Amino acid sequence: MNLVFDPSWLPRLAQGISLTLQLTVYCMALGAGLGMVLGLVRVYGGGKFSPLYWLASAYVHFFRGTPLLVQLLTIYYGLPTMGIVLGPFQAGLVAMALNTAAYQAEYFRGAIQSVKAGQMLAARAVGMSRTQAVRHVILPQALRLVIPPWSNELVYMLKYSSIVSMTALRPETWDLFGVGRQIASRNFRYFEVYTLVALFYLALVLLLTLALRWVEKRVRVPGLGTPGRGI
Amino acid sequence: MALLRVEDLHKRYGHEEVLKGVSLTLAAGETKVVIGPSGTGKSTLLRCINRLTEPDRGRVWLGDLEVTARRADLNKIRAQIGFVFQDFNLFTHLTALDNVRLGLLKVRGMGRREATERAMAELERVGLKAKASAYPAQLSGGQQQRVSIARALAMDPKLMLFDEPTSALDPELIGEVLAVMIQLAKEGMTMIVVTHEMGFARSVADEIVFMEGGVIVEQGPPEVLFRSPKVPRTGEFLRKISELYGEAG
Ligand SMILES: Nc1ncnc2c1ncn2[C@@H]1O[C@H](COP(=O)(O)OP(=O)(O)OP(=O)(O)O)[C@@H](O)[C@H]1O
Ligand SMILES: [Mg+2]
Repeated sequence: MNLVFDPSWLPRLAQGISLTLQLTVYCMALGAGLGMVLGLVRVYGGGKFSPLYWLASAYVHFFRGTPLLVQLLTIYYGLPTMGIVLGPFQAGLVAMALNTAAYQAEYFRGAIQSVKAGQMLAARAVGMSRTQAVRHVILPQALRLVIPPWSNELVYMLKYSSIVSMTALRPETWDLFGVGRQIASRNFRYFEVYTLVALFYLALVLLLTLALRWVEKRVRVPGLGTPGRGI
Repeated sequence: MALLRVEDLHKRYGHEEVLKGVSLTLAAGETKVVIGPSGTGKSTLLRCINRLTEPDRGRVWLGDLEVTARRADLNKIRAQIGFVFQDFNLFTHLTALDNVRLGLLKVRGMGRREATERAMAELERVGLKAKASAYPAQLSGGQQQRVSIARALAMDPKLMLFDEPTSALDPELIGEVLAVMIQLAKEGMTMIVVTHEMGFARSVADEIVFMEGGVIVEQGPPEVLFRSPKVPRTGEFLRKISELYGEAG
């Protein structure tokens, strides 16, 4: 078998990588903001019958229970009928952010709930309000605990970001996968191009995973999150 | 005037009435030791005093401030009541210094320098200045409990509540915590201590309060309660815990 890799693919692939990274980073950041709020509401937003809790739960179940692709197409093709027109990048970003927020909400909820109950009690006992206690005692611990599941979610979203190529028609809106598909459909070097694309995804995954490992290590505190280690 | 007045506290969990009308009074500088069998409502009583647990009925006054008033500023009141937990509950993610400093910064609104100085002074008071930068997981149980006492003391409390402060500790670490508490009592702190350390009770308690089944069965000075309790059950319980825990402390 005769494999051909052409260096002239690289500039276009690099542009695709840049777009993939942007999509991933932005959607994870937006998802973290929204997910944290949803997670907090699911824990502290009053009982099972409070409207806030109910809304947050409905959101989480809806976005986890429907395919990301359907969500994207609804936003990209459906919203314009209501007068909201988004470009392929924006539509992809919005769909991914809304989707990952639902998953992240669950990770935040889990992390918040795994902070020991005595922590809140002790914070309230020195006179902190509930908001202060959450902000200065619960969240700093929960955020450390959430890093591992959050890293997984980051890897998923990096790979799922390839769905934007479903709606991207113009070259400047192509992500890594979109660029690869375009190159391969011109020169029919499917095996080489997609292998290369896959390797780039793998490299990005490793890079981001390592970055988060580093962050996790930086903020690690003895006795928190890593049982058996760090004591 | 009494520093703390507790009147007819009631608390029920489901079908179980845990507090069935508990009343007690503490003068400033007084130390009361609360004893009683497990599940009798001792922790519930302490938590109702600063409303970490909401009592169903009854009233609590700290000086002339009604803690149980509907519009009471609970955060402000709690800052004046130090609470020491059985399992320490130090903030896991913070160093000893930051554990003591957090309340000063966020509740008292102290500046950073002043708060640091104050926190260091409190750590020194409990003999842990050298451990200021250690995290709770790096401290022994006795050290953690002393930091948690320092954290409470830093807020300048009018009253200290101790809920079995030494019962999670290995025997050899109990002494160092009791020593801090004895010192506090001698300095005139007003305190309620739930403990079965009878040596401690004998040496610093002005009164021992015996609780059982959600009520106070008997209370009085240690000498009286040990020598001639009015209720036979009190003497029985005292003998039992004296055997179990020994009297040295
Ligand atoms: N949050 C709660 N929900 C339901 N029941 C509770 C709760 N807290 C305490 N109880 C119950 O109330 C009773 C009294 O509990 P409490 O902790 O006040 O007893 P205690 O005298 O401190 O006992 P111990 O010596 O074991 O600490 C127990 O039967 C306990 O199961
Ligand atoms: Mg108890």
